Amino acid sequence: MTQPAVKVRGLAKRYGDVPAVRGVDLDIHQGEVFAILGPNGAGKSTTVEILEGHRTRDAGEVTVLGVDPGHPTRAWRSRLGIVSQTANDAAELTVRETVRHFAAYYPDPRDPDEVLATVGLTEKAGSRIRALSGGQRRRVDVALGIVGRPELLFLDEPTTGFDPEARRRFWDLIGGLARDGTTIVLTTHYLDEVEALADRVAVIAKGRVVADGDLATLGGRAAAGASVGWVEDGVRRTVETDTPTRTVAELTGRFCGEIPGLTVTRPTLEDVYLSLVQEGSRA
Amino acid sequence: MNETTTAPPAAPTVAPRAGRDLPSSLRLGWARAGIELKMFFRERDSAIFIFAFPIILLVIFGSIFSGRFEGTGITVSQVYVAGLLGAGVMTAFQSLAIGIAVDREDGTLKRLAGTPLPRQAYFFGKAVQVLVSAAIQAAVLLAIGFTRYDLPAPADAGAWLTFAWVALLGIVGSALLGIAASSVPRSAKSASAVITMPFVILQFISGVFIPLAELPEWVVRIASFFPLKWMCQGFRSVFLGDAGASLEPAGSYELDRVALVLGAWVIGGFVLCLTTFRWKGRRDG
Repeated sequence: MTQPAVKVRGLAKRYGDVPAVRGVDLDIHQGEVFAILGPNGAGKSTTVEILEGHRTRDAGEVTVLGVDPGHPTRAWRSRLGIVSQTANDAAELTVRETVRHFAAYYPDPRDPDEVLATVGLTEKAGSRIRALSGGQRRRVDVALGIVGRPELLFLDEPTTGFDPEARRRFWDLIGGLARDGTTIVLTTHYLDEVEALADRVAVIAKGRVVADGDLATLGGRAAAGASVGWVEDGVRRTVETDTPTRTVAELTGRFCGEIPGLTVTRPTLEDVYLSLVQEGSRA
Repeated sequence: MNETTTAPPAAPTVAPRAGRDLPSSLRLGWARAGIELKMFFRERDSAIFIFAFPIILLVIFGSIFSGRFEGTGITVSQVYVAGLLGAGVMTAFQSLAIGIAVDREDGTLKRLAGTPLPRQAYFFGKAVQVLVSAAIQAAVLLAIGFTRYDLPAPADAGAWLTFAWVALLGIVGSALLGIAASSVPRSAKSASAVITMPFVILQFISGVFIPLAELPEWVVRIASFFPLKWMCQGFRSVFLGDAGASLEPAGSYELDRVALVLGAWVIGGFVLCLTTFRWKGRRDG
């Protein structure tokens, strides 16, 4: 086992009298895509900003790439990539100038032109950033986040404002970075994005982690009851069962083969997420 | 990676990459300066305005008040050239205060804070940008003064030396004050109003447009706390020479005081920067 990329124990942060984070524990392994989910105001942005070294904490132990982010150094910063929520800076520079300039900050940067090709901005390389669409601007943000060849990449709502095709391309890009060994911490509201990208998930509600683990088993998802549906005598029927396989076998016997309109559904990530957040908010 | 089964548990990718050093602060400072200048000159309307403004003022005032001061042979326009030079140097204050407030709001500072860029490289870039723009302004004003308003070029090296130290202390003090003032506006939108208004008032009470001798004494006393009055006074000593000293309320240019007050503003501005500067906006907590 290698050292975790991010290790958090008992993290706490208050704003005045308002507790924003109340004892968060996290382990993010090297090379995985880890998603942090939660409603607005649940403390996930605060948590991520503490990990990024942008915010101080009140209590808890945190190491990010083996370093306490409360004392960021340049050498540590050069190993991180951060794609924050939308910025409107550098409007008068061209895309290529901006990426080249940021590449100069790092000891071992990627080739700026390759980065532009990776995010699909080669054709826009000579355009002023002012002239880009929202989705193109976001891809510049991603380019600046990865140009330093980060070991750990933070992505905050990365695909807001993307059209569906651009999102798919972006997912391919992130998948490629993950295959190359980059650890990725993703915060997003899009659960389909989480299913497409993440290996593991933590759900934060009211400043606590209410569930974490593999995507397939999150919140007892795999063990949860399934719903088996079919059509009989022209009527749609469903049963809730913990043993869907047996139900299907019975139906197979009853219909002597093909079952009309058969569906077997487990709770979607969205169902699990919503119930977790509701329980977490009540606690 | 390079893990081996015989080695004890290791963290190959967590160890700092060997053999590659971080780029030096100075190199990054120059890189920032290049990018700041590019952005400044590409924002064409505001760049043109900044350079045209003092020239337009000089031409307007020079044609309205075309007389000479009695018994000195000095024209009113010559006094304006010296005053506008002071105001031009102090635009370093205005452009930094507004520029950094905008950087704070549009995400520039937050993005930079997430990179290994050292903070001093950011400030170095800003400083070079205001130095270049102040130098261009001064050159244009002087060229117009020399060619159109019979401004006498300083004869001796001593006067040029005075010009150099007044300009240097003035611009450093103004720049530091501007960095400190950038934390005052609540947002980028309000920045130009919040910063420009006091600056315009300061120009009126510091003898840029109206000779100090014609201002009430208490106004001059207030202006004496700020660097602009002293910069203008220093520049008048350079370009109007001994003949103009009699026009000063004090009867002399008080160069020792000019040095003292401008020096105090450099130190005070530095302390203000260190104590008040915020990388984040107020709403970011």
